[in-house]
Amino acid sequence: MPEITYREAIRQALRYQLQNDERVFLMGEDIGAYGGSYAVTKGFLDEFGEHRVKDTPIAESVVVGAGIGAAMAGLKPMVELMTINFSLLAIDQIVNNASKLYYMSNGQINVPLVIRMAGGAGSQLGAQHSHSLESWYAHVPGIKVVVPSTPYDAKGLLMTAFDDENTVIFIEHTALYASKGEVPEDGYRVPFGKLQVFRPGADVTLIGYSGSLHQAFRAAERMAQEGIEAEVLNLRTLRPLDVDGILASVRKTHRAVVIEDDWKFGGFAGEIAAIIQEQAFDDLDAPVMRCSGSDVPMPYAAALEQAALPQEDGIISLAKRIVGGRA
Amino acid sequence: MARMTETPPAARPPSQPDRRSLLRTMLLIRRFEEKAAEMYAKGKIHGFLHLYIGQEAVATGAVAAARPDDYIVSHYREHGHALARGLDPGAVMAELFGRSGGVSGGRGGAMHLFDASKSFMGGYAIVAGHMPLACGLGLAEQYKGTQRIALNFIGDGAVNEGEFHESLNLAAVWKLPVLFICENNFYGMGTDVRRVSAVIEVYKRAEAYGIHAEQVDGMDVEAMYEATHRLAERVRRGEGPVFLEAICYRFRGHSMSDPEFYRHKDEVQRWRVLDPIEQLRARMFDAGELDDARFAELQHEADAIAGEAVRFADASPPPEISTLHDFVYKERSDA
Ligand SMILES: Cc1ncc(C[n+]2csc(CCOP(=O)(O)OP(=O)(O)O)c2C)c(N)n1
Ligand SMILES: [Mg+2]
Repeated sequence: MPEITYREAIRQALRYQLQNDERVFLMGEDIGAYGGSYAVTKGFLDEFGEHRVKDTPIAESVVVGAGIGAAMAGLKPMVELMTINFSLLAIDQIVNNASKLYYMSNGQINVPLVIRMAGGAGSQLGAQHSHSLESWYAHVPGIKVVVPSTPYDAKGLLMTAFDDENTVIFIEHTALYASKGEVPEDGYRVPFGKLQVFRPGADVTLIGYSGSLHQAFRAAERMAQEGIEAEVLNLRTLRPLDVDGILASVRKTHRAVVIEDDWKFGGFAGEIAAIIQEQAFDDLDAPVMRCSGSDVPMPYAAALEQAALPQEDGIISLAKRIVGGRA
Repeated sequence: MARMTETPPAARPPSQPDRRSLLRTMLLIRRFEEKAAEMYAKGKIHGFLHLYIGQEAVATGAVAAARPDDYIVSHYREHGHALARGLDPGAVMAELFGRSGGVSGGRGGAMHLFDASKSFMGGYAIVAGHMPLACGLGLAEQYKGTQRIALNFIGDGAVNEGEFHESLNLAAVWKLPVLFICENNFYGMGTDVRRVSAVIEVYKRAEAYGIHAEQVDGMDVEAMYEATHRLAERVRRGEGPVFLEAICYRFRGHSMSDPEFYRHKDEVQRWRVLDPIEQLRARMFDAGELDDARFAELQHEADAIAGEAVRFADASPPPEISTLHDFVYKERSDA
């Protein structure tokens, strides 16, 4: 199997879709002539032409709304929003239209739209360019939220997103575009709502997604040297969420730490903790812990930014605290 | 390769309107709305109810002049557009009642009427938030290479929203087949446009985007028909969007709970003289196309349809609680 980058994996899925479904077209700011702000769509304009690859004005609301409208008319648009930060200018379209049309119309109109955006922090981009707002979207019924952490997931999940009859918010992590992994060349799918046991273990469950998965994994590898075997879960999608997969792991390890770049207060880790205590309280030997981003606007200075983000040391100390005397 | 499916284009309406049919539609809307108001008072309808009384000529003329498969994307004051497009009055009333027989199964309510089979793509309650959707529907038809266009009804209140400006710009720069129709009734809820709009001639704002824009007497149904007929074909030729500002007036409050402190009774009275139904009636009388007996007959007919709509709505059961979670996500049929 060829080893390619996360960026290339996303490109492959998009090319596959453009080649195999004439209802698919792409639009977004600087995706054509410029090649995409993360170079995901580089060369697409030449290869597929302006009809299929549309550079848009900097007007997020109408770009997403036009994607919704085109999806209502039977097409399969993909809108690229550069970054999750700018998706806030389109949140009316996502929350008031994309997520609700199927319901409000009593099943007459659905919105099969893929909205891609880059999220996450850690690249010293400052407070307005370093958001992890996936929990905001996961909060809304009617849309799906996908958070790939590896090249394999990125391609397979994006393929599945195009199969979906609903709007899919596809959140890529800025720090992962250059990461590499093995990716099949065909049009395989990775299903939504099925987590991956990224690393098996029996002592504690570390739950991660997107960028935080890799921190969880590195923390687990370090703990293994001290004889603590952590099970690392890769959520892949936040909505639908693989509740059964989470509970199965917790029933085995009896302990869990959720890792997220997102702010702690009102964040997605809190949702997972709540689900675990509601449905597996008796299986728990310790409280579910959260290793989240600090509740501050993201600072620019490298040292401050790193201090605001979850780190391996923090994960390990939380995990050890709940593993206690066992290890 | 997955391919797009095509449907044959619908026929173009005649260039001369059928006055009797326009009168019939306006009478139906008027009577339907009066019934809805009664039903609201009786506690059969809840929530926000925005009546279209006074503005009947806009929806009636515009929708009659469009092709039957042209998309309609409307605001929340959309009962008139729905009835003009031929949505079943009983099913519309049932939606207002929140019943399972409603056009949206009781899930939508008065502000969210849908009938995709009639290209009625919805009523929307976020001011200007539906304009991007009209752009997208137009974009899709342009992409497919069809003749369909989108009619996008907005209020004067929409013109200061960012989505208005984003939509006009995108429609203009991509030459999208969208006919924007702004129903300028001079008020956004209780706020006079002059108090909140730096440029009160709405059509001029569209001109700022290089869009062909016109103003029309929205109290005159035939003027509405003529303008829409002409401009819709212009849009259909691929020359880009057109903006039509229809000057009109709502005779009733913004919604059922509006005490109307913000406007003078004399002003309402001055506009009532321009009642669109009365204008057409008088014209048809003068032309010898209508007499008192025939008019009474048409009124009676509208009355009967509105009455029947209420009976249908009342007899329709509320949605089953067991369906609460239906239609949140669509499953793939071929998966
Ligand atoms: C984005 C948004 N802001 C505020 C409101 C509350 N609101 C509902 S109707 C309305 C007035 C809109 O006026 P206009 O567009 O002129 O339509 P009209 O009611 O006159 O038909 C307002 C402010 C809303 N629905 N959406
Ligand atoms: Mg108004």
